[in-house]
This record gives sequence, structure tokens and C-alpha cells, in this order.
Amino acid sequence: MHELAVTENILEIATRHATQAQAKRVTDIYLVIGSLSSIIDDSVQFYWDIISKNTICCGAQLHFHRIPAQMTCQECGHSFSLENNLLTPCPQCSSANIRVISGEQFYLDSIEIEK
Amino acid sequence: MMNNQRVTIVEKIMDANDRLAGINRSLLDENGIFAINLMASPGAGKTSLILKTIEALTSQIRIGVIEGDTAPVTIDADKVHAAGMPAVQINTGGDCHLDAVMVNNALQQMPLKELDLLIVENVGNLICPAAFQLGTHANVLIASIPEGDDKPYKYPQIYRGVSALVINKIDLLPYVKFDMDYFRQGVEMLNPGLVTFPLSCQTGEGISNWVNWLKEQVSIRKIT
Repeated sequence: MHELAVTENILEIATRHATQAQAKRVTDIYLVIGSLSSIIDDSVQFYWDIISKNTICCGAQLHFHRIPAQMTCQECGHSFSLENNLLTPCPQCSSANIRVISGEQFYLDSIEIEK
Repeated sequence: MMNNQRVTIVEKIMDANDRLAGINRSLLDENGIFAINLMASPGAGKTSLILKTIEALTSQIRIGVIEGDTAPVTIDADKVHAAGMPAVQINTGGDCHLDAVMVNNALQQMPLKELDLLIVENVGNLICPAAFQLGTHANVLIASIPEGDDKPYKYPQIYRGVSALVINKIDLLPYVKFDMDYFRQGVEMLNPGLVTFPLSCQTGEGISNWVNWLKEQVSIRKIT
């Protein structure tokens, strides 16, 4: 349910940079989201269509680039990606002694603009 | 002629909130206050832990409480007032989390100069609060036995971002299916070496370890 606040932030950041770049309008917005950051793409898109009306970003397409969480095994040192966000034992040695290394990325990477 | 161009930004989506959280932190530091952001699912025992903490520390340190609630009910804030400590209620208007703006507003209403410890009771929710830094020094999560032992596996983000974990209602362990090893293994995957406090607000078991940790943190930040 915090998607509205997130969407407002995306609009603010995109609008600020588009204005700085003297854009006529924004056509695409590229977001990078780690799989441990809980956000529902459809909800963001839903709010986006409403709050971006009458702004320089109206009609812009949101692109969600999902990055799986990265894990390492403390026993055998094997590094692997987390599938489906399920904390499962090491696929190489079956140890449950594993650690999450990353997965919280949550940033606006770039925008495509028309000048 | 139309001219398309890619503009690289690489800006954190929560940046505006994080910056205000930084301002909150400075405000707390200037006043020598140790502040915690207390998060948990509804019914895990956030208010009970706060009241137990006040009870244990009332003659030693001064505690303020910011109560986040989704509805304009002052049940929790009233209990803190009744225990003799200042409380400010934030009504989030149905929102599922506190953010740095709400906490900043509440801080303006708090007698900061008179406090040693500030407890922010977040909205009962294991998802949304994890995304919003408030400016407190420690994020603390309460897990409670009846919620089940699978919560670290289901809500990894909140377990990743905390610096202490309270395991409440341990008096119910004989009655509830809860595999402590499985639970702790999940926590260890996400947040190795996390400080944990198994306790019961009902019986008082384990409360002293929690309270001693708080006192230690308060003394580190106190301006003398």
C-alpha cells in the first residue's frame, strides 16, 4: 500500500531531471528494483497513470528492471541468485548456512525524453 | 524535428524521505536522545513492550513515545500518558507506515530537551514500514511466537533492515508450534549476528536484557 508514496517520488525525480534537460516530454522511465524491495509494479503503474496527468511525464512508459537477490554460501563459498525470493539452501552443497548479500536496490536509473 | 535523448539519473527513489530522516537524526543527536523505530505486525506486542519498558525504566531515564496509528484512536497514546510519559499521536489517515515527514512533525511537539529515549511505535505492518527510514538510531522488530516461525522467510526486507530483534510471547512456546532453530536460521541468513531478545511482556521473563540494552544505548548518546 505504500505504492502511492513511491510513485509520487518517481514523478518528482523524473520531472525535476526532465525540466533540467529542457525536455518537451518524457516518454520512458527506467527503474531498477531489487527483488527484496517489496513493490507491486501494477500498482505503481495504476497510480502513475493518474498522477502523471497534466505533467511533462504524462503517458510515459514505466520499465521495471528487477534484480534478483544475491546470496553466498558460508560453507562452500558458492554465490548464487535467489529464485522466486525463496530462502532455500545452497544449490551446490545444500548448506542452510547462507547469507543475503544484496537485493534492496531501489532507484530511478534513467529517463528517455523528447526535446 | 523530434529529438529523443536518454538522461541518466541514478537517484534513489526514497531519497527525499531519507534526506528528511537525516534531519530528524540531527535533531535527536543535538538533544542527546537515543531513538528507536519499533516495528511489528498488529498484535505482536508493540504497545505492551513500550509499557513494560516504561515500567522498568521510569525512575532512571525519561522516555517519550510517538504513536503511529492508522485510525484516530488514542488508545495506545492514552496508555503511555497514563504511565506518566509524554506521547504524541500520529494519525496516518489509513496509510500503512510512518515516514520521515510525519515523524518530523511529531518531533516538533515533543519536549526533546527533557528526553533520553524516544520510542516511535510504527503502524502494525511487516512490509511498508521497512521502506521508510525515520531518522531513528535503531530499527527494532518484534516477532511474536504465535505469528509462526516462517516470518523471516516471508518478510525478508524488514529482517534485513533491523539492528535488534525482540521475540515476544515466549511464554506461549509450549502451546504453539514454533521451531526456534528454523526461525533463527532464517534470521541469520538475512541479518547475521543480529542482537535478539527473547522475552515475554506477560510474565516479564527476559525484559531485563532488553532494558539493559536500551540503557546502554542511551548512555552512549547522552550529552553530559
